[in-house]
Amino acid sequence: MQASDRFNINSQLEHLQAKYVGTGHADLNRFEWAVNIQRDSYASYIGHYPMLAYFSIADNESIGRERYNFMQKMLLPCGLPPERDED
Amino acid sequence: MYLYSLTLQRATGAVCAVIGSFSGRDSKKSSSSGSSSSSTQEIAVARGTTLELLRPDPETGRLRTLLSVDVFGAIRSLAQFRLTGATKDYLVVGSDSGRLVILEYSPDRNRLDKVHQETFGKSGCRRIVPGQLLAVDPKGRALCIAALEKQKLVYVLNRDAAARLTISSPLEAHKSNTLTFSLTALDCGFDNPVFAAIELEYAESDRDPTGQAAEQAQKHLTFYELDLGLNHVSRKASEPIDNGANLLVTVPGGGDGPSGLLVCCDNFVLYRNQGHPEVRAVIPRRADLPAERGVLIVAAATHRQKSLFFFLLQTEYGDIFKVDLEHSNDTVTELRIKYFDTIPVTSAICVLRSGFLFAASEFGNHALYQFRDIGRDVDVESSSATLMETEEGFQPVFFQPRALKNLYRIDEIESLMPIMDMRVANLFDEETPQVFTACGRGPRSTLRILRPGLAISEMARSMLPAEPIAVWTVKKNINDMFDAYIVVSFANVTLVLSIGETIEEVSDSQFLDTTHSLAVSLLGEDSLMQVHPNGIRHIREDGRVNEWRTPGKKTITKVGSNRLQVVIALSGGELIYFEMDMTGQLMEVEKQDMSGDVACLAIAPVPEGRQRSRFLAVGSYDNTIRILSLDPDDCLQPLSVQSVSSAPESLMFLEVQASVGGEDGADHPANLFLNAGLQNGVLFRTNVDMVTGQLSDTRSRFLGLRPPKLFPCIVSHRQAMLCLSSRPWLGYIHQGHFLLTPLSCDTLESAASFSSDQCSEGVVAVAGDALRIFTIERLGETFNETAIPLRYTPRKFVILPKKKYLAVIESDKGALSAEEREAAKKECLEAAGVTENGNANNGDQMENGDGQEDGAEDRNTLPDEQYGYPKAESERWVSCIRILDPKSRDTTCLLELQDNEAAVSICTVNFHDKEHGTLLAVGTAKGLQFWPKRNLSAGFIHIYKFVDEGRSLELLHKTQVEESFHYCKYRRDENQLYIFADDSVPRWLTAANHIDFDTMAGADKFGNIYFARLPQDLSDEIEEDPTGGKIKWEQGKLNGAPNKVEEIVQFHVGDVVTCLQKASLIPGGGECLIYGTVMGSVGALLAFTSREDVDFFSHLEMHLRQEHPPLCGRDHMAYRSAYFPVKDVIDGDLCEQFPSLPADMQRKIADELDRTPGEILKKLEDIRNKII
Repeated sequence: MQASDRFNINSQLEHLQAKYVGTGHADLNRFEWAVNIQRDSYASYIGHYPMLAYFSIADNESIGRERYNFMQKMLLPCGLPPERDED
Repeated sequence: MYLYSLTLQRATGAVCAVIGSFSGRDSKKSSSSGSSSSSTQEIAVARGTTLELLRPDPETGRLRTLLSVDVFGAIRSLAQFRLTGATKDYLVVGSDSGRLVILEYSPDRNRLDKVHQETFGKSGCRRIVPGQLLAVDPKGRALCIAALEKQKLVYVLNRDAAARLTISSPLEAHKSNTLTFSLTALDCGFDNPVFAAIELEYAESDRDPTGQAAEQAQKHLTFYELDLGLNHVSRKASEPIDNGANLLVTVPGGGDGPSGLLVCCDNFVLYRNQGHPEVRAVIPRRADLPAERGVLIVAAATHRQKSLFFFLLQTEYGDIFKVDLEHSNDTVTELRIKYFDTIPVTSAICVLRSGFLFAASEFGNHALYQFRDIGRDVDVESSSATLMETEEGFQPVFFQPRALKNLYRIDEIESLMPIMDMRVANLFDEETPQVFTACGRGPRSTLRILRPGLAISEMARSMLPAEPIAVWTVKKNINDMFDAYIVVSFANVTLVLSIGETIEEVSDSQFLDTTHSLAVSLLGEDSLMQVHPNGIRHIREDGRVNEWRTPGKKTITKVGSNRLQVVIALSGGELIYFEMDMTGQLMEVEKQDMSGDVACLAIAPVPEGRQRSRFLAVGSYDNTIRILSLDPDDCLQPLSVQSVSSAPESLMFLEVQASVGGEDGADHPANLFLNAGLQNGVLFRTNVDMVTGQLSDTRSRFLGLRPPKLFPCIVSHRQAMLCLSSRPWLGYIHQGHFLLTPLSCDTLESAASFSSDQCSEGVVAVAGDALRIFTIERLGETFNETAIPLRYTPRKFVILPKKKYLAVIESDKGALSAEEREAAKKECLEAAGVTENGNANNGDQMENGDGQEDGAEDRNTLPDEQYGYPKAESERWVSCIRILDPKSRDTTCLLELQDNEAAVSICTVNFHDKEHGTLLAVGTAKGLQFWPKRNLSAGFIHIYKFVDEGRSLELLHKTQVEESFHYCKYRRDENQLYIFADDSVPRWLTAANHIDFDTMAGADKFGNIYFARLPQDLSDEIEEDPTGGKIKWEQGKLNGAPNKVEEIVQFHVGDVVTCLQKASLIPGGGECLIYGTVMGSVGALLAFTSREDVDFFSHLEMHLRQEHPPLCGRDHMAYRSAYFPVKDVIDGDLCEQFPSLPADMQRKIADELDRTPGEILKKLEDIRNKII
């Protein structure tokens, strides 16, 4: 790799994508995008305690249970991924 | 429009809490035990955006708030640690600032100091930015801060040559595509620190469309070892673990225990360690719990003594279990889980060494419990030794919750969390409006009535033979702890009561009882003085009485005195000044003729180490207050004059610390304030220069309709002032601030401080013909509250203004209705007798054997507030509509809705034909579901008519509307059904309020408040348009309305606002926007009325942002702009931190603003007084 390669836009993007989970790219499909949004949302709900409390009032669950449920949902937030095309 | 935002009641809920010796002080009592670890313990509680330090008083068993700081950021995790050999703990805070902050509490100055602030990432609550999880090595050598996904950073803690704490640069222990559920540090003595985490990898599941990978996704328990020699973190081991794992608890090690971890999982608790076989025990379940529900541990606490340790784990239903480990060396042979007690579900529990348990409830009031026992009795127990595995899985163990046995509640801290709805109204016809809040959840729901002011708790009230005019208390000797006499003056007699075991009348006190008294006080060291219209009676300690008589026919009209000096005013306006000489005689020193009658007198208290005070204040009927000198060389010569708006009625000198002092006393110089109650009801305060006696920096405040009378009293060991107007006020110093707050009680005539064996800091007062003794509670609070219990989570309420009743709708998801609960309870009781399960039988025998007399009955009357409602299937709803009379606190009507209907909205309606008068409309939803898709089977609107004087309801009409439930709203203007303007940002509104013709205030669920206004030209255009903008609307614009509103105000509160109302909290005050939040805080937004104020406060805010950045590292401006850039709102909470700055910084900021610190304090006080 040449020194200049390190500064071109693609490698910078790659670096960003590796460093910041959820950084998009041109080939991002609808499912991946949604998964990222959902995971970010759940993380935000867990991080903002008042919001977590707000949800747990609606669900009539304890805040601890609500947090656990949100964590569990981060595994497959949008259901199963779609079948990939062969290409 | 510019707004000033001020939090009136700080958040009362708790996010997390840790315990530690943050002050590092030795407790006075524990010195006998001789142990080195016997320092006092404090509890650090994170309440959303505020950090509080509480200390339980071991004698009274009450929790005292030492400190409360607004950090302007979301606190997500707390941890405490101590360096080896140190005596003081540090506090680590994980927040949304993208920084790690280590704080140290300084008890002398009563503040938290930032020791280290390490930046590691972006701000905000993000998925991969650490802050959510925090773990510290038990020996204080390293700490790990982690995000929910991927990132973990390890910092090495050490100390330098000067014994200061040092922190290394971070070591990374990241793992991509991995979620972290819980993080803790192992206790491995002085070996390399090891951190453990529950991790779940999702990379495979994201790629596998068949779902096989997701099904096989396995949680792992991962150990990270920090090699202190190599300064390197390695992923040492990763072992598969139960997929329900959610929480890790450190097991003591290094000689005190086997080390390792407790892993709390859905239904199980496991013991795990590296290279140790798993020890598993099942968590006992409540007998009435539906089979499909798990049992999850939500809070944990560890108790460690020299020879023993145990864990207390609380489940999501509130039951606490005690966990014991049977171990030999490092091998755990048995894990036992025993039912301990049931308390409301907490977000954190802390066990104190002094035998207390602090429970930070997730909703509703927090509590402090005392241990009566540590669960040594026989009780329902599950053990790893008796774990039975069948084909259907592990055999469950059942138990029945019972009354508290091991714990005993001794104190409660009120919490409004969550405020579901709020209204400000004056239903009780009091001087100030009341705030009605619907708070709490499920069985702990309440309607709380908040009144601005401090609560009093009355200790005694006795009737007197006539209406007294004044009351005093005196000690016999200056060194006495307690008061000796209460002296009550009537129109022409004086009554003396002696304070002892009881309070009774005495006649041997030498006080003259045939006349009324003007003043009674202690003089010198041990003599008493009574001033009556005809003279001064000086009662020496040995019983000798010296009497000074007025010359001629003159009578004494007013008196001012301190411990060594007395000034009297005779009718006609003559002043006579007495001083106490070396022999304890009261000697006349000087006379002075004033031009007219004297309205009131006051002498400043004798300064420490001085012979006399220099200042005498004289109020005259010509609307002036004069300061006279009492120095021998210019005795009774005027020093300064102040003219006031009305004749002064009462005067008092009070010393006030201008800046934060220490926890107990202050080293800052005090300011002397002259307080004057004027006849027009205004309290006038002015600063007296200690040297020249010049008056400056005046402040005035209207207190009530009667001229305020001022009386000294003692509050938290400091001088304070009672101002009795049409209602009483207390001026006192709290955490370095001078506060003037109303008391919640009736009008008082006269008052004095009171101190006795039973009550060290009270007030004795006369009102009407009653003598009352009371104490003042919960200092520093803005509101005091009275609670009325409700049945389910209140959703909304309306005020029925005609009858002054409230109509409340309550609903709960996944609960059983009242009748079903009754039936279930009975069934349970019957079933309990014939259970086959050995363990349950065991428990039952215990209960029978333990207390025949209370056994069965006690269990019947278990209060739901403590134990919670039994859980039902999650799609079941219960709901009721209640009409409540807040005055008598009676529910006059309660309708429980049937058939899975939940009330969601309520309002009063007036129909066109007015046949039925005002009707109540309740919107309900049947079979409401939020997950996986928001849907419902039907929606109804019920219309009720008020019958029986509005106390009861009659169903008139029920319609069915098949329409979806709107959760997401758009801002819409006026009450027109076509949308002619909308917002450019879609928001999830949680509350909205109409401000003026063109403006709406709204709050969204991310914690922002904003004002949206229709542009003026647009508003005019629509007014003039004969079609009302309909044509334009029909054309539409990119699927939205043709016009957009302007957002004129933006502000991030940092808490979900659930209710907004435009109201005024003080009589005659301007209206402000009051809001209530989920975390139980109440705040206000006040519109500025002058450009000058806007400039002043925005500059003050700017300087404070620079000079005094928030404690937890979040940038203030960025925080208030978390979702939308803050616009036209000045943060009063930041401005109010000005008095807590060091004096030199205060001066620096004041210089930049071309003002004095005193002027800034006055400005802050003024604007607060406009709100409350």
